[in-house]
Amino acid sequence: MTYMAKALEYAFLYLIFPGFLFSSAMGLLIGWIDRKVTARIQWRVGPPWYQNFIDVLKLLLYKETLVPEGVSKTFFLGMPAVAMASATLVSTIILVINAIPQKGFIGDLIVLVYLLAMPSIALMLGAFASQNPLASLGASREMKLMLSYELPFILSLVVPIMKSGYSIRLGDILIKQANNGSLIGSPSGAISFFVMLLCIQAKLGFVPFDISEAETEIMAGAYIEYSGKALGIFKLAKAIMTFAVPIFLITLYFGGIKFSPVGFIKTILQFILILVLMIVIKNTNPRVRIDQALKFFWGPVALLAVLSVALAYLGY
Amino acid sequence: MSHKATIPIGPYHPLQEEPEFYKLVVEGEKVVDVDVRIGYNHRGIEKISESKSFDQSIFIVERICGICSSSHPIACVQAIEDIGDIVVPERALHIRSIIQELERLHSHMLWVGLAGHFLGYNTVFMWGWKYRELICDIMETVTGNRQNYAMHKVGGVRRDIEKEHVPYILTRLDEFLHHLDMIKGSVLDDPVLHVRLKGVGVLTMEDAIGYSALGPTARASGVNIDVRRDHPYAAYDRVKWNVITQKEGDVFAKAVVRILEMYESVSIIRQCLDKMPAGPIDSNPKDIPPGEGIGNAEAPRGEVFHYVRSDGTNSPVRHKVRAPTYMNFPTFRQTVVGETVSDATIILAAIDPCYCCTERMLIVDSEDKEILSAQDLIRLSQEKTLKLKEKMRVK
Repeated sequence: MTYMAKALEYAFLYLIFPGFLFSSAMGLLIGWIDRKVTARIQWRVGPPWYQNFIDVLKLLLYKETLVPEGVSKTFFLGMPAVAMASATLVSTIILVINAIPQKGFIGDLIVLVYLLAMPSIALMLGAFASQNPLASLGASREMKLMLSYELPFILSLVVPIMKSGYSIRLGDILIKQANNGSLIGSPSGAISFFVMLLCIQAKLGFVPFDISEAETEIMAGAYIEYSGKALGIFKLAKAIMTFAVPIFLITLYFGGIKFSPVGFIKTILQFILILVLMIVIKNTNPRVRIDQALKFFWGPVALLAVLSVALAYLGY
Repeated sequence: MSHKATIPIGPYHPLQEEPEFYKLVVEGEKVVDVDVRIGYNHRGIEKISESKSFDQSIFIVERICGICSSSHPIACVQAIEDIGDIVVPERALHIRSIIQELERLHSHMLWVGLAGHFLGYNTVFMWGWKYRELICDIMETVTGNRQNYAMHKVGGVRRDIEKEHVPYILTRLDEFLHHLDMIKGSVLDDPVLHVRLKGVGVLTMEDAIGYSALGPTARASGVNIDVRRDHPYAAYDRVKWNVITQKEGDVFAKAVVRILEMYESVSIIRQCLDKMPAGPIDSNPKDIPPGEGIGNAEAPRGEVFHYVRSDGTNSPVRHKVRAPTYMNFPTFRQTVVGETVSDATIILAAIDPCYCCTERMLIVDSEDKEILSAQDLIRLSQEKTLKLKEKMRVK
């Protein structure tokens, strides 16, 4: 019976709150904020708040799902599901640990790093499976982009680990920050946060790093053969990522989500700060070339990450 | 061991609003060969024009392109005026220059926006097009239309620029100049744009001359040509202005040339408004004698050239149009090959291709063999006309 209850609890956490249903709703809402702010920057009016919901519902319910001829269906249609499942898992784990820091397990941070990479890998495999030259170009760009941003991403992740006494449990990082103040206050934490912000810009495929789906170059690249439900699920996975990744940053650098009334408003403000920073970067830059992205991430950004690690080692 | 793949850009692609097909042969991201296929939108403008009267043919050529809807008519009326040695009143010449420069302003601004869009810089896209509205407003005030102004006619212009419109034009131009300064700053000083555009798609001066490139494409490679100065028409020899050239020949130089040309255009418009003499705007010519004439004008994209032959009747017997993009297309082989796919799109866009100006037709199958020749197409079209006639029971 207890096993049954446990299974039900996990199913609820994963599927409804704070998992799939909640996260995707939040993600789509954030997608609307992105579109609205972008529109205002560009002197347009922008869509109503429910625009992203009806967009995804249209894809999921009404549009035909086409599979190219001679393509492995398992791979082609399975990959959106993999992306979706891992994005949801990321969101669930981060939010549950934020609510109950003791709930985590040893190495959950490492698991999260892998899960955060999964949607990109799934997109890549799906694109390669579709056998379209533009899709494979997009997928190879996605692969190179991953190679470039993962290095500074993991390097800057070392700072919170070092600051929390070499713990790879997210809960410990939260508890340490609750006792000693947020990591963003320290020099090493601030630099590491800045590096992380650039990395997630690439992870979420925002301009200037929307290289793998560059609309005017390779026509949505990796997504080109996807339609209907498969595309809708990819879009949902991406929406969940845009919700979960800023929360991940808040957890690591701002001491996590606070549940007191004042703290909760603070958390929302922090979330909006990260989001607006991302949107501003997105709207004031042209798309870069993949080799430039690689040079950028392995050059100055990686150096900054190393600097932050060195500062953390020295105790700043 | 090399693995070549074909990346199609077009005939339908988000890069372009009109059908055109660039076949990029790539190895990984690197472009090793490029093939340009034009003529997806053949409209037979020249043939139509030959069946119309002279006044109507100006109406037709105005509709060749929605962006150059002053350059084509101006070249056409100059060709017709060349046949009959028709004298155009001084005031009309000034008005022609003003309309032509307003067109250049809106066309270059449109290009700046589009170039931003192709680079994924949609903010520049939206802002550029918003500022272009100011010029469209002036056009609407002066000519009655935002596009297809219908200003030029043989012997003069159709509408005068009213005295009370001049202050409005000047304030709008000031406003435009203010925004242009901002765009200039944000485009020419943006480090990311420098990285993205400098040294990309270089067209050397020798190649520009060899391929007979025109307009800003040639001027960005250091070729100092401009029809407005070399074969002055309208009122361009009555005002002071500079031909903008750059040496580098890359995409950035092309952007610089276009942006700086906008300043020259504003200055030309101001001088023309200032110097415009009073008097008639139309010399009302009656007959076009037999003979042939040529007319050329500096369109925003380069020299547009019209040849008209008359046999003394009311309509041209031959009307030949050559648009600048037709001459700029072949430069792709020099500029795109060796670059990456990411850069290919902006290089293709950098000549500001105007597809509707460039009309020819050729149908090829996947092996690049011509399967329908021009003769076949004419035969097909005649057969279809016959069938339609039978169906509609007309002779």
